[in-house]
Amino acid sequence: MTSPTAPGIAAGRLDADRIAASFADLHPALDAHAAQVAADRCYFCYDAPCVTACPTGIDIPLFIRQISTGTAEAAARTILEANILGGMCARVCPTEDLCEGSCVREAAEGKPVEIGRLQRYATDTVLSRQGHPFVRAPQTGRKVAVVGAGPAGLACAHRLAMLGHTVEMFEARAKPGGLNEYGIAAYKATDAFAAKEVDWLLGIGGITLTTGRALGADLSLDALAADFDAVFLGVGLGGVNALGIDGDDGDGVLDAVGFIAELRQASDLTALPVGRNVVVIGGGMTAVDAAVQSKLLGAEHVTIAYRRDRGAMGASRYEQDLAASHGVRLLFNVMPVAVADGAITLEYTADDGTGLRGTGETMTLAADQVMRAIGQTLTMDGGLTVEGRKIAVTGAGRTTRPGIWAGGDCALGGDDLTVTAVAQGRDAAMDIHAHLTH
Amino acid sequence: MADLTTDFLGIRSPNPFWLASAPPTDKEYNVRRAYEAGWGGVVWKTLGAEGPPVVNVNGPRYGAIYGADRRLLGLNNIELITDRPLEVNLEEIARVKADYPDRALIVSLMVPCEEAAWKAILPRVEETNADGIELNFGCPHGMAERGMGSAVGQVPEYIEMVTRWCKENYDRPVIVKLTPNIADIRKPAQAAKNGGADAVSLINTINSITSVNLDSMSPEPMIDGKGTHGGYCGPAVKPIAMNMVAEIARDPGTRGLPISGIGGVTTWRDAAEFMALGCGNVQVCTAAMTYGFHVVAEMKAGLSQWMDEKGYARTSDFVGLAVPNVTDWQYLNLNYVAKAKINQDDCISCGRCYAACEDTSHQAIAMSADRKFTVIDAECVACNLCVDVCPVADCITMEAMPAGATDPRTGKVVTREYANWTTHPNNPGAVAAE
Repeated sequence: MTSPTAPGIAAGRLDADRIAASFADLHPALDAHAAQVAADRCYFCYDAPCVTACPTGIDIPLFIRQISTGTAEAAARTILEANILGGMCARVCPTEDLCEGSCVREAAEGKPVEIGRLQRYATDTVLSRQGHPFVRAPQTGRKVAVVGAGPAGLACAHRLAMLGHTVEMFEARAKPGGLNEYGIAAYKATDAFAAKEVDWLLGIGGITLTTGRALGADLSLDALAADFDAVFLGVGLGGVNALGIDGDDGDGVLDAVGFIAELRQASDLTALPVGRNVVVIGGGMTAVDAAVQSKLLGAEHVTIAYRRDRGAMGASRYEQDLAASHGVRLLFNVMPVAVADGAITLEYTADDGTGLRGTGETMTLAADQVMRAIGQTLTMDGGLTVEGRKIAVTGAGRTTRPGIWAGGDCALGGDDLTVTAVAQGRDAAMDIHAHLTH
Repeated sequence: MADLTTDFLGIRSPNPFWLASAPPTDKEYNVRRAYEAGWGGVVWKTLGAEGPPVVNVNGPRYGAIYGADRRLLGLNNIELITDRPLEVNLEEIARVKADYPDRALIVSLMVPCEEAAWKAILPRVEETNADGIELNFGCPHGMAERGMGSAVGQVPEYIEMVTRWCKENYDRPVIVKLTPNIADIRKPAQAAKNGGADAVSLINTINSITSVNLDSMSPEPMIDGKGTHGGYCGPAVKPIAMNMVAEIARDPGTRGLPISGIGGVTTWRDAAEFMALGCGNVQVCTAAMTYGFHVVAEMKAGLSQWMDEKGYARTSDFVGLAVPNVTDWQYLNLNYVAKAKINQDDCISCGRCYAACEDTSHQAIAMSADRKFTVIDAECVACNLCVDVCPVADCITMEAMPAGATDPRTGKVVTREYANWTTHPNNPGAVAAE
């Protein structure tokens, strides 16, 4: 075993027990009693703000009332009818910005109803038992291709299958799940939950999943369009933006998404190397996930360097505090200018109203690893109109090409969240269904 | 500092909080703990006649109704009177009374409806030096099937007869405990008074089935697949109890008859309300059974603080003050006009007032796109439902319209003059206004 102070990049900075404890569930599951107590706090608001705040529009007061009346499976049904990935969303949604952030008890007492954990309680009861709760409509004979088995693709495929269509799903990576499987901090989706949820979702039937197949490699949009009655693209954002500074192709510079993916797939976290000094560039959820997990692996000093102020940060205040509570240092108004010799030079920034500029003042931090978490880019090339670096869509995910829909991170509109992707996948499925059956 | 000392029928106790005759007062051990915890008095659990004691079921005796967070709102029981030998109870009563001379100790009694039975037990109770007796004419389960308890309490003639026997054969105060399982509480109260009762206490428990087990299809509490109605008590019965207390307090025939108030007293406020309606003291059971004897500490401190705030030096200063304001519907002032008012600073935008008003009432609350809720005075009949469903206390209030203002709902000018149904033009039997 090494230690947090071992120089350079090293594995095994903390022992296995410590690592296991650190990567345990961030929000442990509620037991029946705790769920009852939490459910009793819901006021069953009229036209509830939490529902409005949920991209998938789950009838939250109803499902919480169902928990409180002892019908957790009915509660789960309420959730899953709106959001088939309600189990994962219960774990990874930034509820502080969505349902819980708008809860009237947040206004009243600064302590919202624990909607996320209640949703997990309800969905866990259904996911942990045999059988799939939804049945398929009679087969329509229509075939739809879904490219990308992430949240958008899965939601779309499930809804289409439920409506009686036959779905063929193509996934570029070795496993389905998208960012649920490869992104997102490990402590938010423990126990291989992402994989279990996909298995459960496919239990509806009518969906064939093939992994290792990607657009641009062995799939072409033209062929799909010819072979299927409709195509849905939920391919995510494959590329990671470069820093565009001196030294950004150096050994210690890596992309945070790749780091998280490697971590999520690692069978032994004590074997995963991490720097003694880690600097994460960016301000979103990925930056926080990468920084906190670096710290949990045993990095001695971890810093998030963000070019704007705290309020502009993509990560919620809750996520910022989570990072800070793990000992991650948050630096605001700094941008990287050079990486060299195990150190990164950051320049302070200011915005005088004409745009963000360096002030000329700099600081240098030791950095065995520099992680880029400054956004991802669309890597697909399918002859579709791209707008703002995403696939342009109108309505429920209609691209500029008839018969092709898109949703999730690759498509224009909405935040890059699991829950948003689910909503877009579901809505596109309904639109495809209407198109195929009109 | 308010003086909580209470004189009820000449029986002094350091505070008006007595434990009602019930499981918590079944034996010396419990009663000593109660006194140590600060209870002003105890009504010992009902004694039966000499002989083999009654037996209780060996399965569940209680059923419950819950509010949010499993807060116990109502309790039902099928426990009978004491199942310990009379001699043991009498010895313990004498011993406890000797050790706690400053606390009230009343003995509850239930023996067959024969004079001999009462003549046999009363001298023995007197020997204990207890401060008085309470006649249990209330228990609705078990004993009632044997012609006792509420079987007596439902027949005013029996109440009067037994009360008279007791007054003739016992020298200390006789309190008659009334059952609410009757149509008109004034009749048994009047009967008790006619029989010479020094006071009535009410209410005893209400016939009830608290829940049905949907697996075994039996009422709860369930004994080997069967259930029976039990006696309902706790916070849920307080409104029923207070109405019955008020009926007795304001009836010309029973006005002035001392009352010991029972029924869901859980906090100082509950006690103050019962006492304002004419009770000289209160008896408590479910609150103690839910929270333990220490709960009396809040009751005493709370009542004391409130009395200080109001300037009441002793409990008798406020007993009965609300009685003159209990009236019949026909005498309510129909010229009084109020409107709901929502305090926007306190509103948390849950919209429950809107749902209640829009779906089930008068469509008198407007909702804006940004979830601001405001009362539409032209529709509001001041029904109070919005106040009742609002989760924030005092966020919605009922504001009386001043005289001279025009009620936008009726177009009429509000007048300060009092006018009730008896003179209303829509009343076919109205007496002509002068």
